[in-house]
Amino acid sequence: MTSASTAPRSRKHLDHGAWFLVLPALIPILVLSVGPLLYGIALAFTDSQAGRTEPTEWIGTLNFRDLIHDTLFWDSFGIGLLWAVGVTVPQFVLALGLALLLDQRLRLRWLARALAIIPWAMPEVVVGIMWRLVYNPDAGILNETIRDLGLGDGRDWLTGLGTALPAVIIVGIWAGMPQTAVALLAGLQNTPHELHEAAALDGANAWRRFWTVTWPALKPIALAISALNFIWNFNAFALVYVLTNGGPGGRTRLPMLFAYEEAFRYGQFGYAAAMGCVMVAVISVLLAVYLVGRLKGEEER
Amino acid sequence: MNRTSTVARAGQYLALLGYLVFLAFPFLWLISTAFKPARELGSLHPTWIPQDPTLSNFRQAFAEQPLLQAAANSLIAALCAAVIAVAIATPMAYVMARHRSRLSTAATGWVVISQAFPFVLLIIPLFLVLKNLGLINTLSGLVLVYVVWSLPFALWMLAGYVRAVPRELEEAAAVDGAGRLRTLISVTAPLLAPGIAATALFAFITAWNEFFFALVLLKTPEKQTLPVVLTHFLGAEGAADLGPLAAAAFLATIPSLVVFAVIQRRITGGMLAGAVKS
Repeated sequence: MTSASTAPRSRKHLDHGAWFLVLPALIPILVLSVGPLLYGIALAFTDSQAGRTEPTEWIGTLNFRDLIHDTLFWDSFGIGLLWAVGVTVPQFVLALGLALLLDQRLRLRWLARALAIIPWAMPEVVVGIMWRLVYNPDAGILNETIRDLGLGDGRDWLTGLGTALPAVIIVGIWAGMPQTAVALLAGLQNTPHELHEAAALDGANAWRRFWTVTWPALKPIALAISALNFIWNFNAFALVYVLTNGGPGGRTRLPMLFAYEEAFRYGQFGYAAAMGCVMVAVISVLLAVYLVGRLKGEEER
Repeated sequence: MNRTSTVARAGQYLALLGYLVFLAFPFLWLISTAFKPARELGSLHPTWIPQDPTLSNFRQAFAEQPLLQAAANSLIAALCAAVIAVAIATPMAYVMARHRSRLSTAATGWVVISQAFPFVLLIIPLFLVLKNLGLINTLSGLVLVYVVWSLPFALWMLAGYVRAVPRELEEAAAVDGAGRLRTLISVTAPLLAPGIAATALFAFITAWNEFFFALVLLKTPEKQTLPVVLTHFLGAEGAADLGPLAAAAFLATIPSLVVFAVIQRRITGGMLAGAVKS
């Protein structure tokens, strides 16, 4: 914050021109985002319900006290964390590998770039439908391949108690990986090639060049994208809604599915808002720990 | 980089092949399923290439659900949301990147915090507000939500792109006597164009693909967007009619793929890198 700006133009207070630039976005943000978020937090302390005739009342922390003992919610929360970590980490590793490959002068690179667009461009609902076709016990290619290889008859992946969550996680990885790869590739292409060449002349091998030249330049993007991925994955909804709708037996019921049903199937707006608050609080703490840790490492370097 | 050994190169190609297969096979299977007649879909030994390809799944899909109406709804919502979001986000992102004021700090903080908010905490109050405004089950209501929802990421991306434009270029223009607005339009904007395109693209695709808000806000089939209508193909038992399901899903993906294919070159063109080097 302090010394990065050496330019004479930076100043503490915005002038009129700057306000003119800011207002078109600031007003919608305040009215339709900040406002509703505060409203949402307030709702968590009320008994707000859909289709009620008597007025909504403040009930203090009752929703939260109920929530603490709601084992179904905490099961769902645990599944959400498992899913978010299980998707984000492999997603990042695979994306980094793909980005590094795409940065090389390989034949067929164009094809990989074109294919990488597919999962990103595809509506999540279509991704879910597509993988349901892949996982389909009879007409699906996965079980057919397993049968062809003589590895048994395959199974019904999405309804098996043990296989549903892993199967869904693989879809999550597939869906988000290219987007991460493209972001990382953009970062790679901004790293100075002169440095690479200089390091190569100095005899640094590929591994060393990666850690001394590429990674430092890539790190801010890597940090940002992995943090965002984690949040997005934790808040995922459509993929799992289409693939399993939370089944079998709640094994893939992510917290968002849980809160959605509470709010829009059972109409418990206040209780669902309390769930949202708990999700925000936990995710914020996890993220703060992650980012502060990484930024500290950055400074010490 | 020219000295990469043959072994390493072979390894790279092997890895690339792995990625190609992983990325492509579900999509190829979707296409394959879309063109298979019901008889083949019922058989226990499905093949990659349909033995008796047919278009009947597509006809059936259009007959079963209002796909064209849904596509039109999706297009309107996504276009409006993308254009509005980028138009209002770009100036603010510029200020956030260039002025170190308290407002910029607050805006950056809000961008980060809003990403951590689960949509459910946003959608419940928005649902109540839009209901009071009579905007439930309307595309305008959905566009409003989409604009606000894509703003944080648009600001985040655009502010990054602005920071990547060297101040020196703007200062040089100022030294040459160009006014502030002139500098913005003739120096900064062209350098930002790929970033703005990328951001608009992102906003369009995310709105086109969006499911959760549309599911909550749009109640009647003639108002619903494509992703919501697609889920109607999934039967209650999950024993969906696979052929029409695949056909409709395949069609819904084509516009997104086309948009990406058209603009991808502009994003990755490295226009910025070129401008700075020269």
